[in-house]
Amino acid sequence: MSNFQVKIASKNYDAVIVGSGAGGGMAAYVLSKAGLKVCLLEAGPEFDPAKNSAQLKNPWDSPRRGASTKMRPFGDFDASYWGWEIDGEPYTQTPGSDKFEWWRARMVGGRTNHWGRISLRFGPRDFKRKSIDGLGDDWPIGYEDIKPYYDKIDKLIGVYGTNEGLANDPDGIFLPPPKPRLHELMFKKAATGINIPVIPSRLSILTKKINDDRGVCFYCGQCNRSCKVYGDFSSSSVLVRPALLTGNVDLITGAMAREVITDREGKAVGVSYVNKMDRQEYQINAKVVVLGASTCETARLLLNSKSSKHPNGLANSSGVVGHYLHDSTGAALGGVIPSLFGRKRYNEDGVGGMHVYTPWWLDNKKLNFPRGYHIEYWGGMSQPGYGFGMGQQGLNGKFQVNGRTKEAGGYGESLKEDVRFFYGASVGMGGRGEAVPRFENHCKIDPDVVDKYGIPVLKFDCKNSEYEVQQAKHMKETFREIMHEMGAVITWGDQDDASNKYGLSNPGNIIHEAGTVRMGSDKKTSALNAFGQAHDCKNLFCVDGSVFTSQADKNITWTILALSMRTSEYILDQLQKHNI
Amino acid sequence: MDRRKSIKAMLVGTVSATVLIEACKNTNTTVAEVNMDDRMQEEKDYLVKVNAAPTFFDAHEMATITVLGDIIMPKDAVSGSASDAKVPAFIEFIVKDMPDHQVPVRGGLRWLDLHCYKQHEKAFIECTKAQQLSIVDEIAYPNKAKPEVAQGVSFFNKMRDLVTTGFYTSEIGVKDLGYMGNVPNQWNGVPDDVLKHHGLAYTEKELKECISYS
Repeated sequence: MSNFQVKIASKNYDAVIVGSGAGGGMAAYVLSKAGLKVCLLEAGPEFDPAKNSAQLKNPWDSPRRGASTKMRPFGDFDASYWGWEIDGEPYTQTPGSDKFEWWRARMVGGRTNHWGRISLRFGPRDFKRKSIDGLGDDWPIGYEDIKPYYDKIDKLIGVYGTNEGLANDPDGIFLPPPKPRLHELMFKKAATGINIPVIPSRLSILTKKINDDRGVCFYCGQCNRSCKVYGDFSSSSVLVRPALLTGNVDLITGAMAREVITDREGKAVGVSYVNKMDRQEYQINAKVVVLGASTCETARLLLNSKSSKHPNGLANSSGVVGHYLHDSTGAALGGVIPSLFGRKRYNEDGVGGMHVYTPWWLDNKKLNFPRGYHIEYWGGMSQPGYGFGMGQQGLNGKFQVNGRTKEAGGYGESLKEDVRFFYGASVGMGGRGEAVPRFENHCKIDPDVVDKYGIPVLKFDCKNSEYEVQQAKHMKETFREIMHEMGAVITWGDQDDASNKYGLSNPGNIIHEAGTVRMGSDKKTSALNAFGQAHDCKNLFCVDGSVFTSQADKNITWTILALSMRTSEYILDQLQKHNI
Repeated sequence: MDRRKSIKAMLVGTVSATVLIEACKNTNTTVAEVNMDDRMQEEKDYLVKVNAAPTFFDAHEMATITVLGDIIMPKDAVSGSASDAKVPAFIEFIVKDMPDHQVPVRGGLRWLDLHCYKQHEKAFIECTKAQQLSIVDEIAYPNKAKPEVAQGVSFFNKMRDLVTTGFYTSEIGVKDLGYMGNVPNQWNGVPDDVLKHHGLAYTEKELKECISYS
């Protein structure tokens, strides 16, 4: 006798939110603090950095010494549950396109548990790219619309940095940054010597206490493991936890959203999901549906929510849902600094990220690519993990060790001497640039494949354009110059040319993908209005990277947070006015 | 105070960072069992599976790995040997965790024994130390090795990699390296003597704007 049914929750919520990352977490925070009854659906399990972080573990506390696994691709201590692959949840590629690498972290707080903490405001130019270079589209909002929210986010969440008065890297409300490390001082000296600026980075890490709920950074350099004292931003600790404490939020973990349910008039009614524990079907009904499942999952949800009023997928009369998919560009190289060989030991951990960086400094009108990039730096005496010390034969024959020429390779006491000698002398740099969003780059529903829950999966079709390739070429040329100026010897990332797109990363690989449910003022070419509200369904909102009309040479999390706060306040306003 | 209590205190903010840093220096706690609160269920299940799988290397292979390991990372004035650092057990685990290592290591071990047998009519571990080192010298230097032993060079590169990484991620190895992090502290910049040595200094702007701990 079949027991199959969809159990509809008896409680009618004011809002149901899909996803507890930056966007979903912020929506839960704002709406619950305003007294709304919220149901927050999260596909992953519970995660609280205070309890579940691997912070301060030693390399030998992991049987694989911190190596990467399928379930934790950035290392055994990284605060990520899953990543590029999830068992039973495939995605597919279109033959002939670039391979789209899709990152999916399934946990309360999502990517904000293991992200790089880089918190950069978009600048005024970043909202008006079409007006500047004729490519892509302008946002339906400008910096003035979002500035008040950046200000609120800076104060609510905390970010360190300095006000530099840069036109397109706006000033903010900053906590003091940490002093640069030794290799960062060297990068700074070399780069500024060839007119490339190096300024304090802007990371969401608390160098000073901002409230009684969170501790202060103690410089263990392990932000990617998430912070047990909530010294950096994770949605799990900073947004979801206080939201739960209001008593207005029901958090349902292990809930894989299947479809947004709409009524005969096309209005959103709720979200159906499968409970991963009992594998039964459920539905949450609410006045407002907010999607923060991440860029591609939100698009997937909409495309899988077809009805007679929304034959092309929910909120998709324009046909843009899934399209304009774009990621940050990435290219990197690195090497060693001989003056750092045999260096004096001291605790150099600092924060879990760079203390300095380079904001975009050139005029694209004088270059053969339209958009800019920023530069990130790394190096130093970091905690050893699996892979440490491998490849000695590539170093110990190239450089004298303690004044002695050695034959490459070797073993024994001499090898131990080599490992100690070269420790802490490696450096690297990577560019993170703005790609031009194009309609042709998209994800869509694969007509042939479902995941283990029976939800149709995504099929990707993205290709980097010549703009991105030329940008990567410029990155490599710039990095070579800086390394040379530093007296560094490049040991990797220097063997690129046009045939491998100058080492340009695959789309998705940088994990800043955006654009699939973009906002715009024209209903024919956008899915959402300036408040993240669906043109076709006024009680449906999106609050993650899907809403971005373009990306900027800046990581998108801070803007996701600001836009989600703005959208959430708009939801409150519209509910109060009985408009939705 | 132990790590977990100190973290809780830092969260609540009842203890200042300076007090904690002193307290952490004096901790003598040893964690008998590694805390698994950071693992998701699938990872716990996977680890049970890997540990329950039959031992991969037989006694002879493991003995060879142990001898090779101690040649690659012997005891010296600074620290113990690969055996002291339990590198052979690490290698046994890692080939089960990363099966791609299995064929090159198993095949390389057999290559080594056969190569050794051709010269001394004995397996590697049965040779004298001098004989063992002489064989190792044939394959330890990629730029000098004869083409006929190219596979041996590849094998030794892999063993050197696994032993070095297994050693320097062990407690003995991390101490040998002199890594001083992974402990709560207040980052106050590069030490003065190091700055001086490199001819570098913080600018007035940096000294004014960056957080300082006196």
